[in-house]
Formats: sequence, C-alpha cells, structure tokens
Amino acid sequence: MSRANPMYVIVVGGGKVGYHLTKTLITEGHEVLLIEKDRKSAEYLTDQLGEVVMAGDGCEVRIMEEAGMRRANVVVAVTGDDEDNLVICQMAKRQFGVPRTLSRVNDPNNEALFLELGIDQTISSTRVIFNLLEQQIESSQVIPLAALKKGEIEVVEADITVNSPVVGKKIGQLDLPPNTLIISVIRDDHATLPHADTKLRDGDSVIALIKAERERELRSVFTGEQL
Amino acid sequence: MKVVILGCGRVGSTIATTMFCEGHDVTIIDQNPDSFRRLGPDFAGKTLVGNGIDEDILRKADVEHADAFVATTNGDNRNIMSVQVAKVRFKVPKVIARIYDPIRASAYADLGIETLCTTCVSSGLLHDKILGVPFKDVESYCRFGMADKAMEAGHE
Repeated sequence: MSRANPMYVIVVGGGKVGYHLTKTLITEGHEVLLIEKDRKSAEYLTDQLGEVVMAGDGCEVRIMEEAGMRRANVVVAVTGDDEDNLVICQMAKRQFGVPRTLSRVNDPNNEALFLELGIDQTISSTRVIFNLLEQQIESSQVIPLAALKKGEIEVVEADITVNSPVVGKKIGQLDLPPNTLIISVIRDDHATLPHADTKLRDGDSVIALIKAERERELRSVFTGEQL
Repeated sequence: MKVVILGCGRVGSTIATTMFCEGHDVTIIDQNPDSFRRLGPDFAGKTLVGNGIDEDILRKADVEHADAFVATTNGDNRNIMSVQVAKVRFKVPKVIARIYDPIRASAYADLGIETLCTTCVSSGLLHDKILGVPFKDVESYCRFGMADKAMEAGHE
C-alpha cells in the first residue's frame, strides 16, 4: 500500500507494542525500521516482519546513525524501561534533529517529566486504562436529586455517556423497572418533556421518578452494569 | 555537605564511605539491599532501597535538600535519567552522572549535565601509565579516544 505522505518512522523496542506498531505502520504504507537490542528477539522479529528489523542498542549513537535517524520523521521509543525511552528520544532529538519523538511511559508519573525534558509526546498505557476506568465509573452515575413521600419515591438524574447501552435507543424501548416514570430529558441545557419515541443521546441527562428500592435496577439499565 | 548517591556498587559505596568519614551527610540508594554490605560496618549514613529514577524514592532520600546528587549505577540511561530528575524536579545544585558510553557522556555534557565518563578517564590514565608519561590534568582525559568517534557520531 502506498500513500501520499509516507513517513520514515523508527521504532525502538521490539516487545509486543513495538511489534504490533511496526506491523500497523507497514500496513499503512509508511517506511519503518524496528530496532531491537536482544539479538534472538531481533531474529524472531525479522522472521515475522521481514527486512525492517535491525539488531542493536537503540540508545547507541552508532546504531542510530546506521538506522538513518537523521532522516527520520518520527522516533517512537516503546521499550519497557522509561530511562531507555527517555535517552532514545533525547538523543534522537538533540543529536539527530528528529522533528518528532514519542515515548512510551511505564510509570505514569514520568509523563510530565518527559515533556519537560523535551520529548514531544508521551503515551502511558497505565494512564489510558485508568482514564477508561474512570469514565466507566462516571458513566454509572445515577444521582438522587430529591426524595418524596419520606424517601419512598426518589427523583433521580442519570447522565448518559458514550459507553451507555441506552445511547440511540428510544425511551419506549428501554427495559425500565416497574413504576418508573421518565419525566424529563435534559439535552443541551434544555429540559424537554419526552415521549416513547424520544431517542437518547450521549450527553443527555434523564430525570426519572422511581421507587427508592428500584434505583439499582435503573442504574443497570443506563450503564449496562450487571446487578 | 548533604550528598545523595545512587548505586551502591564499587564506586558508589567507596564515595559513600569516604564522604561519610569526612563528616558529610550521606544517603545512598540501591535497588538491591545486599549491595549495602559493601559499605562496611563503620558506615552510619542513610541507606534506602529503591529505584533511583522514581521521584518518590528520591523524595524519600530527601534529594530536595541535597547539595549534590551523584548517579553511579551500572546503567548509563538510569544515571542520565535520575540526574535529570534531581536537577529539574528537585533543583539539586550539583548533579553528576557516571557514564560508561563516551558518546552519551559527551552528548549530555553538551546539554549542560555534568558527566564523568570513566571509560575515557581510565583508558587515558592507563595509556599514560603504559607509556610511562606523567599524568595530566583530569579534564584532559574526559574525552580520551573520542576524536574519531565524535566525527563518526556526526557532530555538526
């Protein structure tokens, strides 16, 4: 596959991330070189990926020179050691003038440090997973707004996020717990009086009247969480 | 002087015990608690087990209040990273990295990080010892053997 603006990308570190990244970049039509320190791993990677693998320590100037780092558009450091990733990117930038450096960061606390030390972008899988988890937690928000009849009946608000299973569904299609009344859908800061055909969207807030003991069931409808 | 040393190998432990005997406040960090045996029984400075590129460990070592931070682990990159953390995050006035690779040592020296390339220095000293010529100033050994390597590395 050829593309109009192929880049020359040097990937350092032939672990799982480096391997799949290299494979994807090749498929996307970019010129790629994968540098792997361990000779055995490099041989295996060559069997799998072909002549885009170079055995050598990507932190060493001689190897960087050989890899043609001077003409690389991007250098991506994805080894399992933050200190190696830092040095690879710093050397690439300062010694070889590589315009863009990306570093995998294993300890999420190093993200800010790396940016401060001149690395253009950092990726922390720990942070990404954590953020996804947080979103999941946020999506499960069904907030009680008021209690009526001495707490027997509650007015609750459910915030619909992109992960919610009700996105795109009509209110009439929802499998709501008995004695639930949806009284309003707040969309773009406007409260609307919904009907059975109202389709729910990401960003909506649903105001409902429910029996207090049904709150968990309602939460499950909006989040997809098992009871 | 309050000094924090990273890496309790031969070099790190020697600096630690010497500076402790001279009356300095010494803290030494190593990942392997066994390595503190090198310090000997008379060392009464602080020892700390941990990874020296971890900010939390450096904070525990009270690097914030250190006058000097020296990195002497076996890993060049670990040393390079830890001194940058000490310098940028904890504003330690004097940071030094022991580096084996002459090219990396000179590259980071160019970036304003104090480095000591023991490969260059000991090769230079050995060279002069072989030839039986008197030793020169230490500075003159710091880039020993680097002339052609620097060209190779393509310094503009």
